[in-house]
Amino acid sequence: MANDPIHQFVIQDIFTFGTIGGDGHEGSGISLAFTNSALFMVLTTGIVAAYLILSTRGRGLVPTRWQLTSELMYEFVANMVRSSAGTEGMRFFPFVFSIFIFIFVGNMLGMIPYFFTITSHIIVTFAMAMTVMTVVVAYGFIRNGPKFLKLFVPAGVPSYLLILVTPIEIISFLSRPISLSVRLFGNMLAGHITLKVFTGFVVTMGSLGFLGILGAALPLLMGVALTALEFMVAAVQAYVFAVLTSMYLNDAIHPSH
Amino acid sequence: MARILIAQADGSEAELHVPAEDQIQFDEVGGDHSQPEGHVIEGTEAHGGGHTDVFPPFDASTFPSQILWLAISFAALYFIMSRIALPRIGEILEVRRDRIEGDLAEADRLRQKTDQAIASYEEALSDARSKAHEIAEKTRSEIKADLDAKRAKVEADLSKKMSAAEARIAETKTEALGHVDAIAAETAQALVGQLVGKVPVKAARDAVAKVTKE
Repeated sequence: MANDPIHQFVIQDIFTFGTIGGDGHEGSGISLAFTNSALFMVLTTGIVAAYLILSTRGRGLVPTRWQLTSELMYEFVANMVRSSAGTEGMRFFPFVFSIFIFIFVGNMLGMIPYFFTITSHIIVTFAMAMTVMTVVVAYGFIRNGPKFLKLFVPAGVPSYLLILVTPIEIISFLSRPISLSVRLFGNMLAGHITLKVFTGFVVTMGSLGFLGILGAALPLLMGVALTALEFMVAAVQAYVFAVLTSMYLNDAIHPSH
Repeated sequence: MARILIAQADGSEAELHVPAEDQIQFDEVGGDHSQPEGHVIEGTEAHGGGHTDVFPPFDASTFPSQILWLAISFAALYFIMSRIALPRIGEILEVRRDRIEGDLAEADRLRQKTDQAIASYEEALSDARSKAHEIAEKTRSEIKADLDAKRAKVEADLSKKMSAAEARIAETKTEALGHVDAIAAETAQALVGQLVGKVPVKAARDAVAKVTKE
């Protein structure tokens, strides 16, 4: 059990609300529960909200260290949105900031041993990606009307090439939520499995006696290096998700390339 | 045992194939072959709550709960961020930016004021300098004129006195020269009187005049 690299991703119900629909048999209908995943989502929201609100409580002209970290995060995301989606994109700043900080803190919480990684589940990342795409499509049509479809017809391309280019553009647009969600999910899942496998080696080999302990040094070093790498991946993936979100939002604001 | 489990897994659930294999493979590396069975059973029990024994991220029975709680927590996060946290940080940054800009503008204003003061001071200084120069020049020329006038006066005075003196000398000279004839005549009369006897004054005078004319 201790060495099972998959076990960390298991969803466990903390308490259930019963099922909606179904015919009363086990596994039918939609069962709703407060799970370990839900706990860490709520925890993420709670930590972020508490941190940002408490650290800026003083509203200091000269910031404290806590306030400075909040301001740095604010400016980091604000600059990202402004450079990818322009000044008009700043109306989506709270949205992109929420996405970034939710993924970032969720990933970081996942790095703590025995904690659940919410982004290691495809449904979570896919739901977030679909939220982004829904916002992009909805705002694109609200702002530009039918002109939003120009997104699929690049300007300056000869008409005979459009027959080829437009389907490619449509396919690439439709694959966006998939690539967006699978990238984050895959990185977190693979990273945590690898980490667990290598550190599992340490335990298994360590129990084999003196030579085993000597041999365990190598996977231990790998475990240390991988932990550092995973922290980086956790931050980079949150950044990538947020950058791509701002770039897709830019498409909604300026559909013609 | 492991093989049987895989076969069962393959038979029941296609999705199970990959993760189950991973699991077995790993356990083999771990060197404990009796583990998988208990392990999978334990896992099944642990999943509980009606979740089937598939690779957890692909277990569709957990999706509704996850989506529900993602929606709740993300909506709450978005609400808190957009209504409370971000406006507050934005306000802090704006106040600071305004303050800095205000301070910079104030500093600029004061600097301009200083520059102005320096410029007016420089102007006053150069003004005073040129004035002083002017006064000095004026005074100098006044003194010079005064001196010149006095000198001219003195010189004129002197030349007048000199010409008067010259006139007097010339007068004295002519007077003296006039007396010379009379003296010569007297001397001549006296001499002749001693030598020849008495001679009238008139004759002596004529004789002297005759001599001086030659």
